[in-house]
Amino acid sequence: MTATTLSRTAEKETTLHWSRVVGTGLIGGVVAIYVGLVGMIEALAGRVVITGLLTTGQVILLGVYLLMSYQAAQKLTGADAKAGPLSVVAGALAGLIISIMLALLVVIGQQINLRAMFINASPRLWELLTLGRGVPTGLVLLMALGAVLGALAGGLALLPSRLRRAVSLGLVAVPIVSILNTALFAGRGVSALGALLIFAFFTAISYGWSSVGGQARERVAALPSGQQRLLKMIGWSAVALGALALPLLGPYPSEIIDTVGIYVLMGLGLNIVVGFAGLLDLGYVAFFALGAYTIGILTSPEITWLPLHLTWWEALPIAILVGVISGTLLGIPVLQMRGDYLAIVTLGFGEIIRLIFLSDWLKPLVGGSNGITRIPRAVPPPQGFSDQQVLWYIVLAGIVVAAYIATRLKYSRIGRNWMAMREDEDVAQAMGIDLVKTKLLAFATGAALSAVGGAIFATKLTSIYPHSFNLLVSINVLAVIIVGGMGSIPGVLVGALALVGLPELLREFAEYRLLVYGAVLVFMMLKRPEGLLPEARRKLELHEGEEV
Amino acid sequence: MAPILEAHRVTKRFGGLTAVSKFDVTIEEQSIHSIIGPNGAGKTTFFNCVTGFYRPEEGSILFQGKRIDGMAPDRITRSGIARTYQNIRLFSNMTVIENVMVGYQGHLKSGWFGAVARTKRQREEEKRAVEEGRRLLSFVGLAGRGDLLAKNLPYGDQRRLEIARALAIGPRLLLLDEPAAGMNPVETQDLMNFIRRLRDELKITILLIEHHMQVVMGISDIVTVMDFGEKIAEGTPREVQTNPRVIEAYLGRGAVEHGVVAS
Repeated sequence: MTATTLSRTAEKETTLHWSRVVGTGLIGGVVAIYVGLVGMIEALAGRVVITGLLTTGQVILLGVYLLMSYQAAQKLTGADAKAGPLSVVAGALAGLIISIMLALLVVIGQQINLRAMFINASPRLWELLTLGRGVPTGLVLLMALGAVLGALAGGLALLPSRLRRAVSLGLVAVPIVSILNTALFAGRGVSALGALLIFAFFTAISYGWSSVGGQARERVAALPSGQQRLLKMIGWSAVALGALALPLLGPYPSEIIDTVGIYVLMGLGLNIVVGFAGLLDLGYVAFFALGAYTIGILTSPEITWLPLHLTWWEALPIAILVGVISGTLLGIPVLQMRGDYLAIVTLGFGEIIRLIFLSDWLKPLVGGSNGITRIPRAVPPPQGFSDQQVLWYIVLAGIVVAAYIATRLKYSRIGRNWMAMREDEDVAQAMGIDLVKTKLLAFATGAALSAVGGAIFATKLTSIYPHSFNLLVSINVLAVIIVGGMGSIPGVLVGALALVGLPELLREFAEYRLLVYGAVLVFMMLKRPEGLLPEARRKLELHEGEEV
Repeated sequence: MAPILEAHRVTKRFGGLTAVSKFDVTIEEQSIHSIIGPNGAGKTTFFNCVTGFYRPEEGSILFQGKRIDGMAPDRITRSGIARTYQNIRLFSNMTVIENVMVGYQGHLKSGWFGAVARTKRQREEEKRAVEEGRRLLSFVGLAGRGDLLAKNLPYGDQRRLEIARALAIGPRLLLLDEPAAGMNPVETQDLMNFIRRLRDELKITILLIEHHMQVVMGISDIVTVMDFGEKIAEGTPREVQTNPRVIEAYLGRGAVEHGVVAS
């Protein structure tokens, strides 16, 4: 009896879930086949990441191999149990399964013409998947490579978590740096040696920080408050200088950072509505459109029915006012609505605004589908600089003001009331909070920031059309704050860089943008629902305690 | 003493079900008044009518002589009634002290522009709110835990926090919905002393729903017994304990007939 119990315990400790490993491998194979058949590998094959070695298409495939094999290796023993050397075997097995499935695809694809259904199932894809070596050799090579990659990923599971995190960061940094280099400085990826250096650099930095970072933080915390403030000021000055110097990257990068910046601005506004107050607004684009059209109508010489033409700066306060008023007006009918009902109504509101601007009815006033063009620039650029470079400073000012307002409100009575309302509307009301006033304040503040975003957008493009203000803008901004971390102000920045900045850099991605969005959102919801930089609550009690 | 809350023939129906039926009750200023009754007797529904979460179909509720039935919950709260919930309802993702500060929000006047401009008044108010929060946290025995997230507190502390949050409103009347639920005997004794302190030190009138008879009989001045939405008995704890209708409601008709609950 005792012996059986003992052996059962021993068994429990070493339970190996090989079926889960195979399952994960199969899922990986499906993902790899999917990525191939939608054409991502082909479309991105032209963009070099490491000269003579890797293209972006291959990096994506590589990512699938590493991620899924690593997952498989972890599933072998379960998340909590310590991974043994068998993890390497599990990883290799998963990698091999992915390769086998891809190989099967190649074999089938060469026998049967799949192109009737899958337009991207072309000879070029087979060539890429067989590494250019033809069917028998290439497939064997693919499987060997898959097993090796899988084994490496499985080996990653054996590393101590700090080292593993550092290595993962290094691996992610290589393609990102390379893409930045290609997109911003017209380079052609990085050389093999360069990639190695980037990898080593980021791994070392991350590993170094994880071992001394905590100590450093403690040491800073131990400093007298005057010196702490000085350090903080130095840090912020560095950030400010960096932000001010960004346009020096050149006209094209400036355009991208302007776009990212507008999304940051809108994200900060929507973060107040959705993140702080918990009001799911899917029609946020409406205020963006109203801000842009206010600027267009008031500044463009094309608008002849209006006797006066303002400069952008004169029109800006009016655009903000329009945002505040329309935010309040939208708020009134939806005061009684919660959750999904609110989402549907605001969704409709966003569409209504777009359709109004598109309508024939208002065509004499706002140009219908022809939109409004010849919107003046806000600031004439100095010699040698482009409009986009100068515009960044307006965007930056907007972001700084918005972030300041959001921070101030967050740590005030209003912010706490918003959050209380988000947590439990009934109890918030039972605390004496006037829900009508509190909700309308959130809508109006968010709408005003969105209108500023629209105003900048109008002068950035100098022309606006109704189709620029579709539902997708609302979805994008929402995705930015979800990925960044609901309610977190730095999260908005990270979310916008990841979801708006990266796709702008990877032009080939444009076609797959929504696919990637969907995948990223699903992944985030499953693995990190709190976002990349989750909201942190400020310590009030201890903080005050130090002073007393 | 003058009555602080008077309910006259309060009736609340849900479809065909009459949850509270022609319920009369008068709560004296600075008393501890309990409402007891079997599950589903309509006690919490009555609380919800008082706090404005439900609007009674008939009858009237007067607080300090003014009618409050039909008023919005936030206005009723601002007039001086606070409550806790049977199933604890904290703002889970806010810190402990922030929860209390939300309760205190009615005492703060600064608005949007005050917060953004960081006016002197706003800064002073914030400071006062934090101080008040800390004071209330130590009053309920949660000193030093203010920066934890509310959801990370153990169960008993969550109950304390809910009371601290209600006290921050600065109520004249505090409705406690089963505060002793899930407490061990030592905690229950602490709670009883604590409720007495609320009345004696803060001069707050307490209206209590409780199933824990030791608590009810130990601290109540008056006990009102409800069954099927109606008042079936009222009096001091001793009077109520010996009332046959009460025993019947709790233990069934047989208990009275067979004299199970003689003494």
